[in-house]
Amino acid sequence: MTYPPNVRTAPDHVPAQPPVPASVPAPQGGAWSEPAARLRAAATTEPGRLQIIGAVLAALVVAFGAVTAIEVSDRAAATDDVVSRSQPLSAEAANIYRSLADADTAAASGFLAGAQEPRDVRERYEKDIKDASRLLVKAASTTDATSPSGQEIATLNQELPRYTGLVERARANNRQGLPLGGAYLRYANQKMSKELLPAAERLYTAETGRLDQDYDSARAWPFFSLGLGVVALGALFWAQRRNYRRTNRVFNHGLLAATAASTVLVLWLAVGHTVARTELQDADVHGQQSLDVLNQARINSLKARANELLTVVARGAVLTADGRNDKYETDYTTGMKALGDELGTAGKLADDSQGSGPVANAISGVSEWQTRHRTARKTDDNGDYEGALKQIIGAKDSTGESFNRVDDALEQALAHEQGEFTRAAKDGRGALGGLPVGAAALAALAAVAAIIGVNRRLSEYR
Amino acid sequence: MTRTGSARAGLRGWGGVTGMAVACAVTASLTLLPLSHGGADSFGVGVSGPGTATAVPARADDCKDPEASLQPSSADGPSIAKIKARGKLIAGVDQNSFRWGYRNPETGRLEGFDIDLVRAIAQDILGDPDKVIFRAIPTNQRIAALENDKVDVVVRTMTINCGRLDQVSFSTAYFQAGQQVLAPKDSPITGYDKSLAGKRVCTAEGSTAYEALEKQSFGAVFKDEHDGTEADEDRLTVPNQLDCLVRLQLGEVDAVVTDNALAAGQAAQDPAVVLKGDKPFTTEYYGVATKHGANDLVARVNQVLVDYRKGGADSPWMVSYRKWLATGLPGITAPPAPKYRSN
Repeated sequence: MTYPPNVRTAPDHVPAQPPVPASVPAPQGGAWSEPAARLRAAATTEPGRLQIIGAVLAALVVAFGAVTAIEVSDRAAATDDVVSRSQPLSAEAANIYRSLADADTAAASGFLAGAQEPRDVRERYEKDIKDASRLLVKAASTTDATSPSGQEIATLNQELPRYTGLVERARANNRQGLPLGGAYLRYANQKMSKELLPAAERLYTAETGRLDQDYDSARAWPFFSLGLGVVALGALFWAQRRNYRRTNRVFNHGLLAATAASTVLVLWLAVGHTVARTELQDADVHGQQSLDVLNQARINSLKARANELLTVVARGAVLTADGRNDKYETDYTTGMKALGDELGTAGKLADDSQGSGPVANAISGVSEWQTRHRTARKTDDNGDYEGALKQIIGAKDSTGESFNRVDDALEQALAHEQGEFTRAAKDGRGALGGLPVGAAALAALAAVAAIIGVNRRLSEYR
Repeated sequence: MTRTGSARAGLRGWGGVTGMAVACAVTASLTLLPLSHGGADSFGVGVSGPGTATAVPARADDCKDPEASLQPSSADGPSIAKIKARGKLIAGVDQNSFRWGYRNPETGRLEGFDIDLVRAIAQDILGDPDKVIFRAIPTNQRIAALENDKVDVVVRTMTINCGRLDQVSFSTAYFQAGQQVLAPKDSPITGYDKSLAGKRVCTAEGSTAYEALEKQSFGAVFKDEHDGTEADEDRLTVPNQLDCLVRLQLGEVDAVVTDNALAAGQAAQDPAVVLKGDKPFTTEYYGVATKHGANDLVARVNQVLVDYRKGGADSPWMVSYRKWLATGLPGITAPPAPKYRSN
């Protein structure tokens, strides 16, 4: 059979065609041979080809819509994980870490005040321990016990009661005026800084790693959807071009509608995903990275404060491994240096005045703290222990005051960055909102339109 | 208790024949009275009668008698002049040794046997026991602190030995001590002997006790896997002797080896532990250290010590001993006798 150069002549043959493919194939073929034969037979006639084209177009746009819905749902779920699961877990791990470091600082601070421990210091210590225990229980409930994080949580759960036991022994001995109390406090600090804090840090790192993974899956480009979208658009374009060349009709309304729906979907997908990526990038750079460095800074300030206090508790009883310097004073210096570096980074990461204000405040607090610390050290070295103690734990003009200033500023900065993070990440999640449903609807629309468009041509043969 | 042993404390152990005459003369009056009361002895190294002494074996090749110090004198010299010009005596002390030099958490003040002696020195040189700047110095900063003029004297349970004599000068001995084993009352450990086999023993890093265990451990476990490195676990060897009591109370070690004077301070903080064995297995003397060659100051401190020992049971030394040490180290009846160099 010859192909009519002009489709207009085709309708004459059409009525004859359908029965032919229906009756010609013998039923002797297997399950596969009959449809294949029908297809082969259909491909030999224009209406058959049109039917195939219609089916392929419909299948392509449906596949495009389905893959888009699946991939975007995946991205949306990952973004949702970032916002509502892994970031809160990372923040809670940071809180566990901070509570523990804070408890150690409060314990040393209360110890130095002597038998009459100030009530607020005691309450701070108790709140820290309570927070840490509560968050550990919560973390345990969302973590597989056999995972590395689960093991860190187990370590923390085991060691925390031992730590508090040592602190209570230190207090009891201190109240009796026995120097043994100081030795217990140092042992408690050793347990904290060599076992608990490293475990908490590893937990924090693991949770933050999980957050990064969720980030990556949320930000991954939906290549399949975009690829299929391009293929579907290409097929639609080819079908219309073929149509035009055969009929000289410029527009086929159905195919045009299908193209429009597919284009909208491709654009929606590309723009929505780009916006989501940008917001997530923003949440990461301006939120999470700031949070990370601020958390580290806060913990280093707490550690430095604990070491400063222990320098006065230990009174030269513990030296560095080389035996040259006081261990706690050396650790204080190291901690303060790290704190300074981290605050510098945090200052660079802060992208608005609300973020950089508290960081600048913390930086000036740190330099005030260091100046006061040097004065207090000098006082202590000159033999005026009482005076040095006042300069370290006194209410006014003390290093304690500077430390509180730094801690408050960091808390403020953290709250701001947490807000920044949540806002940006939620915006990112919002950018993908409705896209899966929209993809399904648009794809269905495009498929229906394509079929209608093809059927319109097909009807010309009847 | 374990310390119901032999005879007297003070004067046995003084070896050098040269110092004997002075030693006997000065100590006889201090020791005879208490001896007549049959005072128990905590440091019964030798079983010598009153007024006699056993010879101490030479400790180093050319250092036969490290405890022998300069003759007492009240003469001024450059070191004394410097202290007087400053108006304050700077003393390097410990803040963590209960009953020796420690800061009472109640009062925030330094107290103890060493501190009393520092005040006596300040009283003598400056006429006021409170004209003192106390500097807390860690054990292994004692010599550096003197060499760098950070302190005038170190009164910090510092053992006189030949090795240190090249770096600092010492006064006459003001206390006799020795290494001893500290363990819970009901522990099967009986002292520095075979009963330590398989036991976990705690010592301070770099201490005499650690060195003693390295030479003869009786099968005791006393080393950490990573001793001396950054990864040091601080389980059996700890930064400070008091940390050993913490580990002992927590059941992480079975016994502590330390200076009996310091061990007494530990026992005073925990009635459940006692010094094991009849007597210390080493003999050490504590002296006041000054910068090497500060002879006027050494002689002056020796003069202060002469007065400090004087007065029998009511001597400042005995008063201070009863106030701070008698509970943990009962049975001492007199200070150790001073020994002087003949030249």
